[in-house]
Amino acid sequence: MARITAGVTTSHVPAIGAAFDRGEEKSDYWAPLFEGYEWSKKWISEEAPDVVVLVYNDHASAFSLEMIPTFAIGCADTFAVADEGFGARPVPDVVGHPELACHMAQSLILDEFDMTVINQMDVDHGLTVPLSLMFGKVDAWPVKVIPIAVNVVQYPPPTGERCFKLGEAIRRAVESYEEDLNVQVWGTGGMSHQLQGPRAGLINQPFDHAFLENMNNNPQALRSITHLEYLREAGSEGIELVMWLIMRGALGERCAELHRFYHVPASNTAVGHLILEAPKSEGPA
Amino acid sequence: MVDNSEFDDIPGTTVFTAQRSHEGFHLNQFCMSLKRPENRERFKADERTYLDEWPMTEAQKRAVLARDYNAMIDLGGNIYFLAKIFATDGLSFQTAAASMTGMTNEEYAAMMLHGGRSPEGLRSKKDGN
Repeated sequence: MARITAGVTTSHVPAIGAAFDRGEEKSDYWAPLFEGYEWSKKWISEEAPDVVVLVYNDHASAFSLEMIPTFAIGCADTFAVADEGFGARPVPDVVGHPELACHMAQSLILDEFDMTVINQMDVDHGLTVPLSLMFGKVDAWPVKVIPIAVNVVQYPPPTGERCFKLGEAIRRAVESYEEDLNVQVWGTGGMSHQLQGPRAGLINQPFDHAFLENMNNNPQALRSITHLEYLREAGSEGIELVMWLIMRGALGERCAELHRFYHVPASNTAVGHLILEAPKSEGPA
Repeated sequence: MVDNSEFDDIPGTTVFTAQRSHEGFHLNQFCMSLKRPENRERFKADERTYLDEWPMTEAQKRAVLARDYNAMIDLGGNIYFLAKIFATDGLSFQTAAASMTGMTNEEYAAMMLHGGRSPEGLRSKKDGN
């Protein structure tokens, strides 16, 4: 049986990818950020997951405004790296796991989550920056990736409650897959940030610290945060944090927090990063 | 009828609703076209001619030519789509964000290094908090 062993959350700021690609990880500005992922890189090399279900949002790379799927799942063999206006990042293409992805798509839709199925898609910094942070510079990503794209660009994104429940359904989908696979779920984006208007640059550290704390110990408190509260407290783009709740919903009730990191700033954004270990002994959900 | 009046109560913030997406559709689709290198070259060679290929309003085109990001957002632009313009210009997201705040790049970068803009007083106009 495939099983979800751990969850990772991380911000996916494009400037982190640019700094990484230019080899600036040890610069005065960026070193404190990249040092926060050193433990994580060691941890994941030992965990060696087979598949990462990577929850992220597209930033006008694969999806224009012609069609805006709320939840979409990538079922392709590979996903090319998108050109976001300055050339594609020099990182490997992302290899999918179509068998598990198609199984999940069917399971999720019959479980009443109306996923859009994607058979071809380029992936942007929302997906590749977390891979770079967790795996460093590699010739090929050492894991297969199933992208779950969530609309957080056009209001309204799905509610936090809905995202949490999707996470629970992802767990049911993964655990009903026969092959013995070590699967992680990653929730990306956030933390507090606002990229537009006169209020750009907003960072709410008390909000972020409370969110990090509640992710492990009191996720029920996070499910009911309204969109208006995200907008007021975490900035117009901080609403991306709903994607973290998909990861949290997928992990089960009692997790162990293995790693926590918080850093301000990465460009316009507060960076938050968590590694949570799923409970080992629970049976199928 | 959906009521989005609470969004207007958040200082200095525009929420990209379906209505705004409708108003800004062609502006944002123009931005999206800049993900192709050949289109970036054509745009850079003659911005006005390139913009005239899109059924955008004159106000939208002028806002693009002026690189007035607040005006583009007022006219239905979405920041992730507009990012293709400043990427084409070779500018960072931080520089573009600073341009919307009335601060210089240096002032904005210093604010971020000191923990960012505090939400105090910027949550709600009516509550003044």
